[in-house]
Amino acid sequence: MAGFAPGAHVRVKNDWPETRGPVHIRTPHYLRGMHGTVVRQLGAFPNPEDLAFARPAATLPLYHVAFDQPAVWQEGHAGDQLLVEIYEHWLEPA
Amino acid sequence: MNILESESEKLLTAVRDLLAAKGLVTTAEIAERIAITDAANPGQGARMVAKAWTDPAYRALMLEDGTKAAEELGIPMRGAPPLGVLENTAELHNLVVCTLCSCYPRAVLGYPPFWFKSAAYRARGVRDPRGLLSEWGTVVPDNVKIRVVDSTADYRWMVLPQRPAGTEGWSEEKLASIVREGDMIGVTVPVQPAR
Repeated sequence: MAGFAPGAHVRVKNDWPETRGPVHIRTPHYLRGMHGTVVRQLGAFPNPEDLAFARPAATLPLYHVAFDQPAVWQEGHAGDQLLVEIYEHWLEPA
Repeated sequence: MNILESESEKLLTAVRDLLAAKGLVTTAEIAERIAITDAANPGQGARMVAKAWTDPAYRALMLEDGTKAAEELGIPMRGAPPLGVLENTAELHNLVVCTLCSCYPRAVLGYPPFWFKSAAYRARGVRDPRGLLSEWGTVVPDNVKIRVVDSTADYRWMVLPQRPAGTEGWSEEKLASIVREGDMIGVTVPVQPAR
């Protein structure tokens, strides 16, 4: 994966692995398919989706991603934001 | 029933003894960890906030690396997730929530308040933060943006609140005394107590 620079426009994958079997996911459901902006990389951490099942876990970049809060919920106050930690394999360029 | 006779206590003792017997951890390390957990409380975070309010270099360090800033005040961070600190300003108010479970900056704030893990707080925090905050009496003006920090992964987040007016010349200790746990996750803001 290429990695995302601060300011990069990204989309959270509209993927629902929980419909396919037992999983441990740190990507909130309300953000699946939503557009956001990378604020910065927070480092790299072992993939919790594997750690939770005691599988070998690759170290993945973790990003702080900002989302327009009213756009996510179709309600709210203009300008308010959500700031969420998302692993790289959940992000695609937008 | 005596708690020491409960199944969970027996299981805990067995696991603890096994860990020690296998040399994975020493009983002293376990005792140290229990002591650290017991000592963690919002007063630790409040000391950091008060120092940041009075020492610009410390404030810069705290915003750059919360873990280092905590350690500089003698707060044990070994084994704790990295700590990030987000600053409230005249234009931006941060609110910390964990919609997935209960991630909380325990190393500097101790155990989370009981409602932090409630479905209502988690759901409303991200969807209706202004409505939620108004129920704490925290009215965020329309010209101040709210940034809801959903703590979903490997970091733990605390808020550096704004120093209230009327506290000029106060000592760090006195400043720390007005910083409450809610101020450091953004559900409330510090207020100067009436004189």
